[in-house]
Parts: sequence; C-alpha cells; structure tokens
Amino acid sequence: MVDVHLKGIVKRFGKTIAVNGINLDIRDGEFIVLLGPSGCGKTTTLRVIAGLEKPDEGRVLFGDRDVTYLPPRERNVSMVFQSYAIWPHMKVYDNIAFPLKIKKFPKEEIDKRVKWAAELLQISELLDRYPHQLSGGQRQRVAVARAIVVEPDVLLMDEPLSNLDALLRVKMRSELKKLQRRIKVTTIYVTHDQVEAMTMGDRIAVMNKGKIQQVGRPDEIYLRPANVFVAGFVGTPQMNFFDATVEIKDDEIILDASDFKVRLPKDYLPVLQEYNGKTVIVGIRPEHIYPEGHAPTTAKKLSWVEGTVDFVEALGSDTILHLNTGSMILVVKISGSHRYEIGSKVKVALDLSNIHVFDKESQVSLLYKRQRGVQ
Amino acid sequence: MVESSIVRYYLRKLVIAALVIVVVVWVVTPFIISMLYAFSSKDDYYSPNIIIPIHYTIQHVKMLLDLGATQAIINSVIVAVITILLSFALGLPAGYAFAKFAFKGKDSLKLLIIGLRMFPILVIAVPLVTLYIRLGLNDTLLGVALAHTSMALPFVIIISSSIFAGVPKELEEAAMIFGLDRKGAFFRITMPLALPGLAAAAIFTFIMSWNEVFIASVLTLTHRTLPAFILTSAMAAPDFIKFAAGFIMILPAMIFVFIARKYLITMWGITLK
Ligand SMILES: Nc1ncnc2c1ncn2[C@@H]1O[C@H](COP(=O)(O)OP(=O)(O)OP(=O)(O)O)[C@@H](O)[C@H]1O
Ligand SMILES: [Mg+2]
Repeated sequence: MVDVHLKGIVKRFGKTIAVNGINLDIRDGEFIVLLGPSGCGKTTTLRVIAGLEKPDEGRVLFGDRDVTYLPPRERNVSMVFQSYAIWPHMKVYDNIAFPLKIKKFPKEEIDKRVKWAAELLQISELLDRYPHQLSGGQRQRVAVARAIVVEPDVLLMDEPLSNLDALLRVKMRSELKKLQRRIKVTTIYVTHDQVEAMTMGDRIAVMNKGKIQQVGRPDEIYLRPANVFVAGFVGTPQMNFFDATVEIKDDEIILDASDFKVRLPKDYLPVLQEYNGKTVIVGIRPEHIYPEGHAPTTAKKLSWVEGTVDFVEALGSDTILHLNTGSMILVVKISGSHRYEIGSKVKVALDLSNIHVFDKESQVSLLYKRQRGVQ
Repeated sequence: MVESSIVRYYLRKLVIAALVIVVVVWVVTPFIISMLYAFSSKDDYYSPNIIIPIHYTIQHVKMLLDLGATQAIINSVIVAVITILLSFALGLPAGYAFAKFAFKGKDSLKLLIIGLRMFPILVIAVPLVTLYIRLGLNDTLLGVALAHTSMALPFVIIISSSIFAGVPKELEEAAMIFGLDRKGAFFRITMPLALPGLAAAAIFTFIMSWNEVFIASVLTLTHRTLPAFILTSAMAAPDFIKFAAGFIMILPAMIFVFIARKYLITMWGITLK
C-alpha cells in the first residue's frame, strides 16, 4: 500500500533500448494497466519496479522511499511472471505457501490463506500435484495464487490471464479486480489485451517502443487518444485513418480526402486554423460511421460518403463492413446482424463529433493537444 | 498408408530393441565373465573341458582382500570422496558464475578451462611428484585426491554451468521477490533442481577417480588406491586372481552408481518445466 513513481527510467540491453525514459506516477491503491504491443518494454518496466533489473538511468520511488538500488526482497512486492516461474520441485500447495513460509507466518494461517487463494482461482483440487502435472492455464493460476497470498505493497502482474480460456478469463478478471479493490493494493498489470485493459484498469498507460504514449482513464484513452499509435492500438476493429488536406474558406472547414470531402463544424476552427492548406491525418472509429438508417438519433453532425461493399464480417453481435470509397477502404461497425451484398452501394455517415485529427509529422492529436493546453 | 506406418513404427521399435540388446551384451559380457572366473575354483578355471565353472570359491577374493585390497578400497573411497568434495566445492561456484552472470572474458576463460584438459597427465607427473615431495604431500591420499580434483575440476565446472543454465532464471527471481536473497534462492530453488544433474556429475567424478591408475601409482607407495594396488600386486598373479581383482574393482563402483542412479531417477521424475 504505497504510491509508486517512475522517474525517467531507461533500461538498455546492449544496443536495444527496452525502456526509453518512462515517467509514471501511480497512486496508492490504484490499478494501473501497462498496455502495448509485444516487445514494447512492459515486462522490463515491471522488472525494474520489482528490482530484478537495475535501470541504466532514472529512479524508482515507493512513496518517498528511493528503492532503485534495493534488492527485490526489501521492496515488499509480489509478482506474477509472464513465464509463471512456479517451482517444479514443489507441489502446488508448497508453491503457494512459499512466500508465507519465508515471511514466517504461523502454520494455520498459511493453510488458511493457501486454501483461500486456491479456492478463488479454482485450483483447490490441484494442491497436491506437481507443476508438471498441470496445464498451462492451471500453472498460471498457481502463479497468481502465489502472488496474492501475501499482502504486498505493490502487486505486479505480467499477463496473468493470457493462457486461460475465454470464459475463465472473464471470470478471473472480475475476481482479480474485486480482490484488488478489497485489499486496496497498488497494482501494476501488464497486458496486450485491450479489453482486459479497458475493463480492469483505473488508468491505462499505453506503451510503444519503450515509451509511454498516453496515460489516462479507459474512456479517455478511447475517446481522446493522444496520437495515431494510441488511436490505432485501442479499439477493434482498428480506427480508420486517411490523409486529408485542410481547406478553410471563410468559416467553413473542409477536409479533402480525395475520395470524398468532409465538412467539419466550426468547433474545429481554432485547432485547424494553422493547418490551412496542409495535410493532416484524419481518424474515425468504425463504430462512429453509420450506414443509412443506423445513425443514432443523438448523432447530429454527420457527413455522408458513398462506397461499395468489399467484404462483410458477420460476427453475430456486430456486422463489420469494409467499404471501398475509390482509393481506400473504410471499415464500418454496425451493432446487430445485418445482410449486405458484396458489390452493393452503401451510403454511410461519418459522425463528425467523433472525428480525430492528427498532425502528419508528429502524429500527435490536435484535439488532445488543445485540451491539454486548456487544462 | 496406415498399414505401412504401423509396420514402420514396429520396425523402428524392433531395430531400437536390437541395438539396445547388442549394447547391453557388449557391456555385460565381460562383467559376467570376470564375475564367474573371479569365483571359479582353481581346478575349474584351468580345466580345458569347463567353460562355465561348476565349483565356486571366495578364496581368491578373500586372499586379495587379506593381502591389502581392503585397505586399498578404503583408500580409494577416501580419495574419491575428497575428490568429489573438493571439485564440487571449487567447481560449482565457478559453474554458477558461468551460467548466471555475463562478464568480460567469459568465453575465453571457459575455453582455457577446457584447454587444461589437453595436457596429458604424463607430462605433469614428474613435476607433480617433485612438487609433492617438497610440500610433503607425496604418498598421501590427500595428494592423490588433489591431483584427481585437478583432473575432474574442468569437467565439473563445465557440466555444472550447463546444469545451472538449464534452471530458468525466473525461478530464482521469483524466490528473490518472495523474500529470499540470492544465496537463499540458490539453496532453496536452484540447488534442488540441479541435483539430478549434479548427481550425474558426481558419478562421473567418482568413477574417474576410482579408475585413475597412473597418477595414483606415481604419487603413492604405501597408501595405494585400489587400481594402483592391483596394478602392482595382482598383475604378476595367476589369471583367476586378476579376475578377482577386477571384481573387487567393479563392485564398489557398481554399488555407488546404483545408489546415485536411484536418486537420479527419482529426481528426474520431476524434471524441469
Ligand atoms: N534480457 C534481455 N536481453 C536483451 N534484450 C532484452 C532482454 N529483455 C528484453 N529485451 C528486449 O527489450 C525489449 C522489451 O522487452 P520486454 O520483454 O520488456 O517486452 P514486452 O513488452 O514485455 O513484450 P511481450 O508482450 O512480448 O512480453 C524487446 O525488444 C526485447 O527483445
Ligand atoms: Mg512481456
């Protein structure tokens, strides 16, 4: 139960820079998710916090205690390893009991806690087995159980649910989240599963190439992505991106995307003023494009585009249309099951209040930048 | 298709079984022959009509034991045990360092260690004797054990480093997160997991020391190890005495290997990962 601060963490492995200047302030009792693609430095960041790696630059603070050079055991952290790291020569019971034994808990207390954790993770009947007699998902749950039996100051979890089946994963998500709320342990949770990140995190730190791209609440990350990377990484199907030239005449803003033109409402004027005549990247999520007849009544500012149906993904709960507008493909998500003939013409509306505009060079969101400036 | 794959499967099994039989026969035959003749009565042994002896006696073995083989066995065991202790005490930390840490000159150091084994033992025998005389180590068991240690050490270092490298580093790290220091993690996690491999290394070291005859003969006079004793005493004796000597050589080694092997197998019941 402590707040964690990362100050300018850099970690290199030879020529690779695994973590490249991370600053992150994690509040006491917060559940923060590190989200990012494979190889972006999530595990390395976690290992630096745990004390398994010394950063090449920067400091790690627990509260106002500088722990950068403290060995792991003096940090009172718990960790679920990506590779589970459960000990092959100990039975499941002894694996889970180990941290408690080291901390010299009384025998009955150990037994009580091990049984409780096993119950929670549905591995009670496996306590008497050796790890090599378990499936991958069962081993992973043993690793989680081992991490939660002690009450650490900081709980570090590296993709703890990645090997579970869909049903169990959903259940475990809520169990872990409930547990975390109850014991109020500061939790740093690594995943590359965005649904997991969105549903579990109090805040999400999106990482790429060793850097934090954006930190914010799940809805912030989704609604106001800070740059093209975050916008593209969060949300399925991926956000549509296209280049467009900004034309400002009198009070009118037109985004010219060669295949079609979008007339933006005046609200965008302050941000786009200086981009007159320049090219920007425009982004819009598939769920913010509506075919005729599917626009929600709340959506006021629409801009219509026509295209031919190129491909249809019928998912049951959703229908994903791939529309060819001439030189590009717009992906459209419609909730519910609908039939569309391939090759047929469809008119869709872009929801202009949910449009994102990014600088072509820096890939930074213009809208986000302005909000930041206002704050 | 299915038919032929079944045939292939059983053919393969057959071939493997045949090969195993050949190897076993190859290994066991001399062993059995020396057992038989070691206990064969003198008359049976020399009788041209008898191949497999009919009358057995423990006379030859007993005679050898009385003549000093008992002491030689004890000496050999002492030397072998000291060799294992010393080479492990020195070799395991080195092996661990090679396995777990990256440092400058690691590869060349490794090569150097293997390179030490290139020198034939003959070359160092005479300097060793002079050195030992000066140090007062000549004709002592410790002296032989030290020589054997130097022979076994490169092997112990290389083997133990690959055994330690086979224990995933996260296992030790997990122990360190949950409250142990590196030393504790080594003894509670890495060591138990490495034990089967180390047992194999111990067997090898034991047998190497047990069999080593040249250095043992050169360095000792009155405190002979078993092979040195047999070389000097039994080789001039009749053949059945030689067989008896061979039996005495084999038996303790067999006992040791059986004990270590049982341990090896029970440990490998829970292999890494
Ligand atoms: N011990 C190491 N030696 C050399 N390079 C390493 C080491 N550990 C990590 N790296 C490199 O650092 C980068 C970040 O690795 P890291 O394991 O932190 O990624 P990650 O975000 O956890 O990825 P994943 O989602 O695949 O687990 C990668 O490019 C990786 O190759
Ligand atoms: Mg990782």
